[in-house]
Amino acid sequence: MSARVGVIQFPGTNCEFDTVDAIRALGGDADVVWHRDTSIAGYDAVVVPGGFAHGDYLRPGAIAQFSPVMDAVSEFAVAGGPVIGICNGFQVLTEVGLLPGALQKNAGLSFCCRAQTLEIAAVDHVLGHGLSVGERVEIPINHFEGNYVCSQETLAQLRAEHRVVFRYVDNPNGSIDDIAGVCNEGRNVVGMMPHPERATSALLGSEDGARLLTSLLKAVAG
Amino acid sequence: MTYDVLVEVSPRRGIADPEGSTIERSLPALGFDGVSEVRVGKAIRLRVEAPSAEAAAALVEDMCSRFLTNPVIEDARVEVHS
Repeated sequence: MSARVGVIQFPGTNCEFDTVDAIRALGGDADVVWHRDTSIAGYDAVVVPGGFAHGDYLRPGAIAQFSPVMDAVSEFAVAGGPVIGICNGFQVLTEVGLLPGALQKNAGLSFCCRAQTLEIAAVDHVLGHGLSVGERVEIPINHFEGNYVCSQETLAQLRAEHRVVFRYVDNPNGSIDDIAGVCNEGRNVVGMMPHPERATSALLGSEDGARLLTSLLKAVAG
Repeated sequence: MTYDVLVEVSPRRGIADPEGSTIERSLPALGFDGVSEVRVGKAIRLRVEAPSAEAAAALVEDMCSRFLTNPVIEDARVEVHS
């Protein structure tokens, strides 16, 4: 049985089909799950993909945190289920409180859309299988509000617990400590601004994202 | 009673404000010198039913902490008008 991944769709999400296609191409099974669904039963992992959930009104993720499906996603995450937030999905997971910190407007107010080199900072989490600490990968970014901020206490805790999982090489957006992705205490919830689903074939400029998604499928398989 | 409430949301002290600093850097080009501490936030206006002004303020402060602001990066000031 291949791993079954639920990809959450809010009004305004726009990366759900790319994510589903990428997971299927890697041998996983994936479906789009509408935000009004109240159950994610039957799924082995959840991806909250990129886009502009609820138009990003008020602030990115502010309204999505109250979408009915998010209660089920939170319960699943707290029980140890793998949950990945990509770009807007990362913003949603911080608003829900599954991940610490927040994402604000990029330094210099630049919209960043480009190939981005990342350094792998930790591998003992659901996206890290098969990667090595210190290794560099190339995964595109596409965001206006990806500037990661948190309190000094939170930053110290994230560093002490090795929960910064990806760092930017040549920080594009002003994120504190060059943070591109973090995980929760249980290491089953990962949020990242770069888009691994857009780096799954040499034709797209990089296949490095496929390694991350393959790690997710392996984490599910155990 | 009906109260008109103004919520002023601003970036927390110590949190970088990219919009504020971009505006601050642009002002001298237009001849506005000597401007500092530019901060950009947002204003949210609401009309609420509550038994008193204090109750209206408490209600809106609860909205702020649970929804209208992200306390990691934003502060809110609530002003109640009858």
